[in-house]
Formats: sequence, C-alpha cells, structure tokens
Amino acid sequence: MPDPTKQPPSQPENDSHKPGISRRGFLKGAGLTAAGTALLDGVQAFSRETAAAAPAGVTEFGPGPASVRLNVNGKEHDVEIEPRTTLAEALRIHLGMMGTKIVCDRGACSGCTVWLNKMPVNSCTTLAMDAIGHEVTTIEGLSAAGAEPHPLQTAFVKHDALQCGFCTPAMVMSCAALLEKNPHPSEQDVRAAISGNLCRCGTYPKVFAATLDAADNMRRV
Amino acid sequence: MPIHTKEEALLLEAAQAPAQKSDKKSVSMPVGVPGYTLHDEQRHVPATEPPVWPINQDLTYVGKSHERYDGLAKATGRARYTADVQLPGMLYAKFVNATVPHAKVVAVDTSAAERHPGVRGVHVVQHAMGNAVLRDPSLEQVKYPTVRYAGQPIAAVAATTPAAAEEAAALVKVQYEAIPFVIDLDKARASDAPPVFPGAADEEGTAGGGGGPNDVRQTGNIHGPAIKRVGDIEQALKEADVVVEGHYITQVQTHSALETHGVVADWKPEMLTVWASTQGTSSVREELAGYFKLPMSQVRVITEYMGGGFGAKFGAGNFGVAAAALSKKTGAPVRLMLDREEEHLSVGNRPSSDQTLRIGAKRDGTLTGIHLVSYGTAGCGTGAGCSGPAANLYKYAALHTEENDVFTNAGPGTAMRAPGHPPGAFALEQTIDDLAVKLNMDPLELRDRIDEHPVRRVERQVVRESDLWKSRNPIAGADHGLVKRGVGFAQSVWYRFVSMNSSAEVRVHKDGSIEVLSSVQDIGTGIKTVMAQIVAEQFGVPPEKIAVRVGDTNYPAGPDSGGSVTTLSLTPAVRDAAWQASQKFLADVAPALGATAGDLELVDGQVRSKSGKLQAVAFKRAAAKMATDQIAVQSKRVPDYDRSKYLTYGGVDVAEVEVDVEVGRIHVRRVLSVHDCGRPMNPMQVISQINGGVIQGVSYTLFENRLIDPNYGLMVNPNLEQYKITGSRETPQIEVKLVEAYIGQSSTDASGIGEAAGIVSVGAAIGNAVYNAIGVRVRQTPMTPAVVLAALNQPAPGRLTV
Repeated sequence: MPDPTKQPPSQPENDSHKPGISRRGFLKGAGLTAAGTALLDGVQAFSRETAAAAPAGVTEFGPGPASVRLNVNGKEHDVEIEPRTTLAEALRIHLGMMGTKIVCDRGACSGCTVWLNKMPVNSCTTLAMDAIGHEVTTIEGLSAAGAEPHPLQTAFVKHDALQCGFCTPAMVMSCAALLEKNPHPSEQDVRAAISGNLCRCGTYPKVFAATLDAADNMRRV
Repeated sequence: MPIHTKEEALLLEAAQAPAQKSDKKSVSMPVGVPGYTLHDEQRHVPATEPPVWPINQDLTYVGKSHERYDGLAKATGRARYTADVQLPGMLYAKFVNATVPHAKVVAVDTSAAERHPGVRGVHVVQHAMGNAVLRDPSLEQVKYPTVRYAGQPIAAVAATTPAAAEEAAALVKVQYEAIPFVIDLDKARASDAPPVFPGAADEEGTAGGGGGPNDVRQTGNIHGPAIKRVGDIEQALKEADVVVEGHYITQVQTHSALETHGVVADWKPEMLTVWASTQGTSSVREELAGYFKLPMSQVRVITEYMGGGFGAKFGAGNFGVAAAALSKKTGAPVRLMLDREEEHLSVGNRPSSDQTLRIGAKRDGTLTGIHLVSYGTAGCGTGAGCSGPAANLYKYAALHTEENDVFTNAGPGTAMRAPGHPPGAFALEQTIDDLAVKLNMDPLELRDRIDEHPVRRVERQVVRESDLWKSRNPIAGADHGLVKRGVGFAQSVWYRFVSMNSSAEVRVHKDGSIEVLSSVQDIGTGIKTVMAQIVAEQFGVPPEKIAVRVGDTNYPAGPDSGGSVTTLSLTPAVRDAAWQASQKFLADVAPALGATAGDLELVDGQVRSKSGKLQAVAFKRAAAKMATDQIAVQSKRVPDYDRSKYLTYGGVDVAEVEVDVEVGRIHVRRVLSVHDCGRPMNPMQVISQINGGVIQGVSYTLFENRLIDPNYGLMVNPNLEQYKITGSRETPQIEVKLVEAYIGQSSTDASGIGEAAGIVSVGAAIGNAVYNAIGVRVRQTPMTPAVVLAALNQPAPGRLTV
C-alpha cells in the first residue's frame, strides 16, 4: 500500500503537458456531483496550509490528502485520500476491496457499480469524498460476512451467468439493486437494469435468466 | 495457430511423432452424431490409453452441465485478477505514448519525470513489440523505435501512486521528427502513398493466429498478395452457368476485453515472478526469458483469473517488458495495467477487409470456382487475410485467392476470435445466398449440394425443422410497412489444431483429497471445471471434491489458449493422468483391503469389488491405506488417433431481423445457433461460449468500429461509449442447439468451440436476413443506419465513409 503521507504536490510543473480537460479536472471543476453538497461533514482537513488558507467556516481540501471517514458495508473506515480520489480507487487501493473493478474509468461500462444508499452508482465517476455520510455497499458486503451468498450470486452460478467474470460483481450489484426495489421484474426490467453494464464475453442471456430465477426464489422465502 | 501452408502442416505432423506399432491396441470408438449418424469405428491407439468412453449420456460427470468451478468466487468478487494484485511496496507504472501517428523519435527527456517526488524509476522502450519488423533492419538507423501509430508506447514511469505515475508520465518530453502518415486503406494502397515502413516488413505470428505470411512481396504499403491456387479459376468461371460477384467491406474491430492488458512484475535476483492477464502463461514466460536472457526456470508467470482476451493476450507485450525492466531497476514490484484508451490503440485488433468475391456455379448449384481478392489493414502489422471460409467451406473445382495486407499508421492487428473468418464468411456466405437467389434455390438445399461436411448436414436438418426457419418467407422484401422482418442463414468453419504442449498432473492424497494441476489458464471458457469433471469421472467422486490448480508455470506445461485448442488438447492429458493415478491408487490399496487391484473399481465415492467378494469401502477410508502420503502421475498429450483425417468444425446460425426502412435501423430479434463442438464436456459452459460468440457477432456486424481521424491519425472513439459494443438491450433471444459429434480422436474426444461459435457466421446470417427483409444486400459492416439507408437508396453502394 503506498504511503499517502508521502504524496507529492499534485500540480505538474507545467500544465501545458496536459491540454484539454482531464476527467479528474472535470470532476474537480464541477464540484460535488450527484451525491449533493452536504457530504463534507466529518471531513478533517489534512493539509495545514490548505486549512489555514481557508475562509472561516469553510473547509477546503486538497490538493494533498485529507483524512475522511467512509461507511462501507456497514463499517466505518478512516482513509487518507486526495480529494481527486474516486470512490473506486478508494475502495480498491485504500481499502483493498478488489471486487469492484475499474474497466473504462469514465462511467461508460458500469464495471465499477457499487451502491450509494442502495442506489447503484459508477464508483469510477463518484469522488470518494462524495460518499462521506452515505452508506456504500460493495460486492464484498452484499451478503453478511461469513453468511450464505446472496440468492442472486447463487443463481448466477447455477445459470452460468458469468464467463471471465470481470463484469460479474458489477452485474450482480446492478441486478441486486433491481430486486431491492422490484421483486417482480420482467426480462425487460432486467435488460433495463443492466443496460449500462457491459459484458464482453456475452453472458447477458444467462444474467436475465439468473435474475428472474433469483427473484422467484427470494419471493418464496 | 492457424496453418497457412502445407509446410506448416507437415511440421505439425512431424511434431506428433507416431508411437511404435507394437505398443498399440485396437479399440472401437463411437463416431458420428447420436440420433443421426452414430456408429462405431476402429482405431489403433497407444496400448497405455485409458478405456474408450461411451457417448455422453452414459457418463456420470463428463458431458453434464456442471456448475463452474470458480463461479462463486467470481460472483462474490473474491476472484483475484491480475488487475487486483497488490504486493507490499508495489509501484504503479504508466506509459508515455506517442501523440503522433508517424515520427522519428529524436530525443526522450525523462529528467523532469525523474525529479517528480513520487517517481522511483523510468524506462525508455527499446523495441516496439507487436509492430511488423523490417526485413532489412539497416534501412532504418534510429536510436529509438520509430513511431508508427499514435499510442505507441515510448517510455514508462513507475511511481508510488497511480496519480503520481500519471503526473510524471506527462513530464516526459518526447521530441519527434514528423514523417508523413496514412490512415485510410484506399489511400494507403496508392502508389504515391506515404510508406509506413521504409522497406518490406513482416509481423511475427502469435499462438492465437495473428500475423500474416512472411514470404510475400511488398509493393509500397501493400504486403502481398499471398496466393492460394487450386485448378484454373478463369476456366472454371467460363464453364459456370452463373457467376455471382460482390464487393464487401468490413471495419477494424478491437478486442475490448474488460480487463485490460497488463502485468504485475516482481523482479528478485533468484526469480522474476509475473502476474499476467494472458491467454498463455508459457508464452509470457518464454518472451520474458528471451528478452532479459533469463533461464526459463527463473521466470514464473501466474494467471489465476483472467478478464477476457479474445485472441489479443499472448506474449509479454511492451507492458510486460516495461514492468519487468522497471521492477529490476527499482527493486520493487511494478504494476502496469493499460488504461482503456491504450487498450484500443496498442494491443491488437481485428483487421479490416475489402473483398471482391466471384463465385461460378452450374445450374444444379455445383461450384465451379471461387475467386477472392482481398485487401485489409492490420495497421503497422499484418494478418488481414480472410480466405479461410472461401477455401474451406465448400467443394469447388477451382479456387484462387489473393490476400493483401495494407500497412497504415495504426496499431498492429493481432489474432482475434477466429482470425480472418468473420470477414471472410461475411462475404462468402452472402455471396452463396446471392447464388441461391440467382438459381432460385432454397439456401439450405444449395448448401446440401455443395457442402460435404457431415455435421453441418445434420445442423442444416436441425434448422430445417426449426420454427424460426419455417417462419421464413422465401420472397425477399415481401413485408409491407416500414418495419420489415427477415430470416437469414449462414455457416461457419474452424479447424482442429492440437497443441502437443499439453500436460497435467493428478495427485491423490492420503486423506482422500485429489488435485489436478496444469499451467493452462482459464480465460473464462471453463477449463478448470472440465478438468475437475474428468478427474471426477475417473475417480467416481463429485467434481466439487477435486481441487484444480491452473495458471502457473510452476505446474506441468499446459497449452496457450488460442485457436480453440485448450479443451481438445489438454483434456486427454488430464484423463490419462487421472486414469493412471486411479490405477496406481487401486494397486496401492488393494493388498490392505485384501483384494486384487484388477477386481477393484471406483464408483460413487467408493472402492468396490467387481466380483462382489469385498464389501464396498468409502474412497476416503481406502485412501488412508495408501503406502505413501501422495500418489502423483503426470501425463502429456498423445497425438490424435487418426491423423489421416483433415478435421474441421462447423456451425450454422439463423438470424431473424427487423429492418426499419425509414431510419435504417436493424434489430436482431432472434438467433438460432446450431453448433458442433465434438463431445460437449460441459454443455452449460459450451452454451455460454456460443451465446458470447453470437453476441460478439451481432456487435461486430451492427455496432463496433474503430474510427481514426485521417487528418490527424488519432482514434476518435478510444472508449466504451463511442466504441459501441452490444449491451443487454441489443441482445437477441438466442437459442443454442448443441450437436454432439464424436470423431474418435482422443481419450476424451473433446473438440473446441471458441472460434466456431457464432462469431464467424452471425454477420452473414444477419446480412442474409436483412436481404430477406428488404430485398437489398448490405455489404458493409458495421451496418449502421447510414449504411442501411445508403444501400436502400442505391442498391450497389461504394464505400460509405462515416
């Protein structure tokens, strides 16, 4: 694990090397995204200089790391991250939760799907700091630790709804979110729920079957 | 691995040296398709071979749909891919890539990057792997590899965090001396086109079949033609009653595996350990050992899980070399996973094609000749040939094919699922459909007359009996209204390649647990599960009791997974090891059980006496009586039993489409896929692979397109939103029918499915369905609305530039 305290200043010597708007730059420039603006409660400034320069009553972060508290899978985790760190990076690099994959890293394939308050989101285009104060659920937390797998996971195996498996955790998170709000989905509902989840091996038909089967089983329990 | 020449075929033959005659026994094996053509044939096989297996219905675990060995690990996110490997002190590396399509690199200034506080090492690329190589290297005296495409890696930096690596990579200053470039296939063919290479150049092939022929002439950017000739084509076309002709154009497709190419390399004085996202652990080891002049015994490659390859992931790659060099330099493990843009640009693609195809036939359908001239670009690589279907699907009196690679300033092509065959079949199978129209013949009937493959004959019968085919209106464009429905049919071909580099070990432990080991990698096709099923069948215990260890060069050498070789090559070795281990086990425990080994058998988790003299003993209890802690047997692949046969596999696909003639949109509603994969080892997994082939085929035919701006030489859609691949909404209803086809070639009689599955024939099936719907042939992929509308407006369109 890299030591975040040894983080270099993040400004390149010469910005002209990176023309145009980078994704990170855009995220920073756009400020807080979908998750809203009340999320910074509980954040402590890490960089003294930054904190000192901030106007009274306003907490500013960056460019260096700040210590923040994330609620992931029902547990509080303190992590030191730069403000530009995406939720996907925080989960993978800082918390070692590798079930969440980074595939396109720009919100086009849903390979990094996690839940924010049970809503599926692309964690590669969600800043980790935007997750503060919200419940993050990852594939690791879909079923309680040590408990039986989620019925959907069992159904995925039964129907062989996976091949290489790289899209699978995100596929499961999208389908499980559908079942949370719609216990009686049709195949069209499943298609819509995973319309953003790309699978290159072409396993969609079995994902449809597995999700419908899991819904059936969950209704019976 | 596809065989291009007779010489290569002979070499392969020689490699499979025959066993001594005296060591042989004669056995009777099931051959043919149950319910249609099943019969027994004699084979002379090595005396040590296990007993012949009956057809699937009489086996316990093999041939049954068994849950994927690692399904739960994948569904719960526990599966660790190369991208997920984290080691203490690991550094993150990032490439510096060329920002121009063609240039001499004058200088690479890494000083600013080295001063970045997070940076631990910088590596400058010395050799551009993947690009074609000049036959005469003296034509180019350069300090750094010449840039031949935008995105070619030039240097790499390793830093403590991904962000630091990204920042530092931006600090590397590359000084270019621009060279004129060419992107467009037609322009690159012109005699005054800027040359991509200063002389003739060739690309080395990969295990998956990438790269073109090396012994052809080169004129300007045109590398070829590679010519195949059977009979006299001009005479054959003269003798034809009808000649059909078509001009077909297909695009460049990228593999777009979800896990990008990459490695984690850990260089220690005694061992270089590399976690690699690869289809060939052995190919990575071989290339790294060669590049760094290390003994192979000191290079270990691990691929426990792999997030998709489709032909592009063989060898060390520029990223593997860079990561290993940076690890050596820094003394720390280095992770270098490509980003999505790099994945599109620099690690392979399916080359484009521009094909002119003429087919001559007699009134009764008999083909007199097939004449194909193709041009295609594999960027700064080769391998755009697409004559496989034309040469291997039908019988003909004469064949003439000329395949040309055209160099352009784009990333090098590489093998991609059934190299050359989707574009080749797209043209051939639509032209055969044209022929059926011209002869006023049913397309299945025509193929019955010209296609000798016994299994495809059965497959066509299955199609004939299907509701989907029965619902087809033979009159093209008969539907009224703006949305017209059509049904089309097309066939595929692939070949039986055996990798003799296939061995496995089976270990029985004293506590009754069993392991099977091979360096083979499971790339998502399910070889782990199949290995467990085979060992289970031999020991009479359920597959979930077998531990499978793969994806590590520390284990017995397994095949690279390309060309549909894995299952058919490895499974006989697995079965042989399991069979011999089971016999050794019985011999070992027989005395303690008071029996003779010959009287014992392994059934239902028990050791049983065939004569009934002994009460059945649980396998676990019997194992406790082993004389040693472990019984281990390693076996290697025995050559195919009857090599006098030239074996191909075929499948057929039927597509149902709706074409909106107002907006030009094609929707594929249903696909019926009838496929031959020999003995299906695990039908559920085979069906998954065929679903995938069909969906990739739809994707190739309707959506995917690597677009490069010809004015700047930069790819404009290196992502997954503008490079569109099939999603859930575009996925048709797919029905797969497996045709069990026994061929009597090995102790498992397994075959492959990866290439033949869907991807080859779906494009032409869609094309034929579109013709059936609208009465106009669409001869260009991707069949975007613009392409469809252009075809509707002008029945014989030229190339539509998007």
